[in-house]
Amino acid sequence: MKSRLLIPLSLGIIGFVVLLTVVAHGGQFPLLDPAGTIGLLERDLMVRTVFLMLIVVIPVFILIIFVGWFYRAENTKAKYTPNWENSAMEELIWWSVPLEIVLVLAALTWSSTHELDPMRALNHPKDPVVVEVVALPWKWLFIYPEQGIASVNEVAFPADAPIEFHITADAPMNSFWIPALGGQMYAMTGMSTSLHLIAPEPGDFAGRSANYSGEGFSQMTFTARALEDDDFENWVKDAKASGAALTPETYAVLAEPSDTGPVRYYGSVTMPFSAILNSFMSMPVMDHIEHH
Amino acid sequence: MKKHDTHEQVSFGLWVYIMSDCILFASLFAAYAVLHTQTAGGAGGAELFDRSFVLIETLILLTSSFTCGLALLAARAKNTVGVWLSLLATFALGATFLGMELSEFGMLVSEGHSWAASAFLSSFFTLVGTHGLHIFVGLSWLIALFIYLGIRGLTPKMSKRIVYFSLFWHFLDIVWICLFSLVYLLGSL
Amino acid sequence: MFGILTPEAFIHGPIETGAQLIVVGGALSVVLLLTITKRWKWLWTEWLTSLDAKRIGIMYLILAGLMLARGGVDALMMRSQQAVAVGAGTGYLSPDHFAQVFTAHGVIMIFFVAMTFMFGLINCILPLQIGTRDVSFPLLNSISFWLTATGAVLVNLSLVVGAFAATGWLAYPPLSEIAYSPGVGVDYYIWALQISGIGTLLAAVNFIVTIIKERAPGMTLMRMPIFVWTVLGSMLLVLFAFPILTGTMTMLALDRVLGMHFFSTDLGGNAMMYVNLIWAWGHPEVYILILPAFGIFSEIVPVFSQKRLFGYTSMVVATMAIVLLSFGVWVHHFFTMGAGANVNAFFGIATMVIAIPTGVKVFNWIFTMFRGRIKYTVPMLWFMGFLFSFILGGMTGVLMSVPAVDFQLHNSLFLVAHFHNMVIGGVLFGYFCGFAYWFPKIFGFGLNEMLGKVSYWLWIVGFAMAFIPLYILGMMGMTRRLDFVDAASGYHPLLVLAAVGAGIIALGAAAQFICYAVSTFERKRHMDRTGDYWNGRTLEWSVPSPAPFYNFAHIPTVHGRDAWWTMKEKKQTHEAGYQDILLPKNSCVGLLIAGFSFLFGFGMVWHMWWLLPVSLIGIFVTIVVRSFADETEYVVPAHLVKATEQRHHK
Repeated sequence: MKSRLLIPLSLGIIGFVVLLTVVAHGGQFPLLDPAGTIGLLERDLMVRTVFLMLIVVIPVFILIIFVGWFYRAENTKAKYTPNWENSAMEELIWWSVPLEIVLVLAALTWSSTHELDPMRALNHPKDPVVVEVVALPWKWLFIYPEQGIASVNEVAFPADAPIEFHITADAPMNSFWIPALGGQMYAMTGMSTSLHLIAPEPGDFAGRSANYSGEGFSQMTFTARALEDDDFENWVKDAKASGAALTPETYAVLAEPSDTGPVRYYGSVTMPFSAILNSFMSMPVMDHIEHH
Repeated sequence: MKKHDTHEQVSFGLWVYIMSDCILFASLFAAYAVLHTQTAGGAGGAELFDRSFVLIETLILLTSSFTCGLALLAARAKNTVGVWLSLLATFALGATFLGMELSEFGMLVSEGHSWAASAFLSSFFTLVGTHGLHIFVGLSWLIALFIYLGIRGLTPKMSKRIVYFSLFWHFLDIVWICLFSLVYLLGSL
Repeated sequence: MFGILTPEAFIHGPIETGAQLIVVGGALSVVLLLTITKRWKWLWTEWLTSLDAKRIGIMYLILAGLMLARGGVDALMMRSQQAVAVGAGTGYLSPDHFAQVFTAHGVIMIFFVAMTFMFGLINCILPLQIGTRDVSFPLLNSISFWLTATGAVLVNLSLVVGAFAATGWLAYPPLSEIAYSPGVGVDYYIWALQISGIGTLLAAVNFIVTIIKERAPGMTLMRMPIFVWTVLGSMLLVLFAFPILTGTMTMLALDRVLGMHFFSTDLGGNAMMYVNLIWAWGHPEVYILILPAFGIFSEIVPVFSQKRLFGYTSMVVATMAIVLLSFGVWVHHFFTMGAGANVNAFFGIATMVIAIPTGVKVFNWIFTMFRGRIKYTVPMLWFMGFLFSFILGGMTGVLMSVPAVDFQLHNSLFLVAHFHNMVIGGVLFGYFCGFAYWFPKIFGFGLNEMLGKVSYWLWIVGFAMAFIPLYILGMMGMTRRLDFVDAASGYHPLLVLAAVGAGIIALGAAAQFICYAVSTFERKRHMDRTGDYWNGRTLEWSVPSPAPFYNFAHIPTVHGRDAWWTMKEKKQTHEAGYQDILLPKNSCVGLLIAGFSFLFGFGMVWHMWWLLPVSLIGIFVTIVVRSFADETEYVVPAHLVKATEQRHHK
């Protein structure tokens, strides 16, 4: 680094940071300021990891700037050892410094990966609310096996109760993501993945597909609504009263590729999640050949 | 003066290439390992594979490796007739092997067990077929050798080419042994 | 006769028609220019059929430059679409076209810019660095290049005839299966990758043999320049990773063409297997690209610090450690697939372990600068830019290797920013650095430093402005590959800023091309008359610039690391007199095989089945005819070598 560069460069960086602050001002940061408990834990883990790395990264940055500046060719007063090519001591240090940070990170990773395993049921006095999620081209179907209802592009659940999502797809691979509540999980045909989340407080959160799945992908959003218990009861009642039924026939229409469409409710469900899942399991081989 | 494409470089290069070809087969083997239970309700390996038929195939291919070795010896002894005979035998045995493999495929398809019937069959046809494709390439290589041998005779260049060919041919043998034991023997258990 | 190719395949919307016109017009104007200047014969004998690695290298570089322009336009289209498609505005690209653009951008940048640029530099420099006159298999080298070019032609042909894949650059099934992508786009993708992939694999075989067998006397393995070591590592990775790509693409093609069920949703197909296989290739691929960049930095940092490389042995160990480790981390690309915590934690930790050898490299570079005399030339500036970008990218990479954190960052723009930090700030800056450094060696004159610096700073500013906002957008929960965003999301201002950044990068790229043009125009001023433009340390600087077609009049004898530096210190001279040199003759076999491969690929894409036997028989006949060519080499007589050397040393 030449010294005459340091000042414009620092000014540039400060200006850029100011510019970014202004531009990003007022935006929502669900990853940094999550509403869900899982999201908070993941945020904390992220912050902790960054700080651990900064222990090495900041000194390295300072070292680069100092070495780059001090040993510039113009500075003939600096010590110059053109043939110095190794030193066991120094090299031992920089094999061991990253090694130690990685050891710490590895321990953190091992415990956090198990603690925040999306498949693991949450430790909570209340029973979990089971919601079955089907990614369709290009909308989200939510089936409530306990309540016997279903909804499209809106998922509601009581606040402060664990939610147990079972996720599959009748579409190209998607990823089910509610950033404000916590991490995502893939939605794949013939496969059921699970995800446990919880929203301590009521609120509406944006959810979307996070894996490209074709033309309508950008519209593949939904609203996740954490409601007070009473409100949730009413929501279920309203859905029941809607009169529409999720039957194999109405499901087939819904599963056709189409624009995302409005929020919809089904008061009864005769097309269960397992049937959708199993429709991708192997069918008898002879049927298939006749079909051809 | 240093020549390009010397014997040492080419045979080393061929070894390096064969190493990468092993990886290609390894990925197809991996796919087969994942999918071999996915018979989609259809027949599995135990019902489909005819062990004695495949055993004959195997013996034929092993014999072709032997005749290929004879070609090497004949080339070293500068015995043109011997080279012709042993390479023709290698070709005939290789072609028979390929023919048998195709007839096995034909039989499976005609009985309704085509590659489109299940993931198991897809991976089976692809794995075995890729080996067959390599055999086909080997046979084409032999034809190219015959053309050269017929016009130019047993030149030193030709002798080296027989070495390269035999390296490839023996490699296919080894792959087949893996196929035979992992797909056919284990599959028909 | 024409398979599924119908006249409709040529008819597109207005934007695609513009692209069609540019491709066709560009090709026609090159043809016209060559005809007017009567350069066809020159092009044929000096370039297209040349087996000289340096010529082949320059052709790779030109291909990379052209593809960089194409991939760059794709990038600008994506950034501008996202900057205008907000709320009620839908932008100017249809969702399908937008998907084709981001797919093509990724495919082109990885396969036809980065890989091609890498092979260009390797071809131009590696034989010189190890003190040989040529690669082991010169004809194979030409075949490799032309197969790569064929892949690039297929990708770009999809602009004119048909369409490209709209699946993302890795074409995950089931989206890439015939059920969801019935068009020819994915087939173009498959065959472009298959054909260029075989070229890459053959090139790897060639360079592995060259490095092992062709080194100058005295150059033991532990005296090889680090660039040679990293290329060896990278080529070993190609050797072990690319066959997986070939196998995977074959399975996808069989699914699509023959109705197989490898990755389909029915009859037992398993799409997750594709994701595993493609990343078992894809992760090593990242290291295939970055290792030579590391090698370049290890060459230039000692030269411009005027000091020996610090920790040579550590560098070698670190390189080989990365080669090994890179095969054990692929699952970190899909922690969100629902594998168990043990699996995820294992692969997360394995990923972090790679940070150790990588960190060692960074420390060694810094300690090469330490107590040196650093000259801030353009290559050195690229290195400094790389250091900052790479450390930032490395940090975000380690962050995402923690599975529970990745659940939130996966597929977000944070990820996009991370890997651009690595492939632009790491790979591309590395190759730019190498290109600026070796430019005098390749072309015989230096570059205009001022324009080089202007371009550098435009790149740096543009890069920060285009990608730092993406990190922030990731924190806001924005997913990649969106063709429009909701106005309420608050993403819009940052997307505009990123688009401005992309525009500045484009200016930087333009400044680079201007720099090359201006430097060529005023080349008399920066002629490299000594052959040792930067006071270099390795053997490529021991020969005149540009290197004579036979590379070395005398094959050097190496007495230590930094072979050329040692020779300069010891004032070592060659034996007197010159000898005859044997060089490979030109051959059109590479072009012919590539031409037939093109027909094969085109036949596969458009189901013109008759083309397949035709092209295969064509390849067979070409090989048979070639097997009769006895005189594949020619002698450069000693007096001609002498005359050439004396002209250079005047």
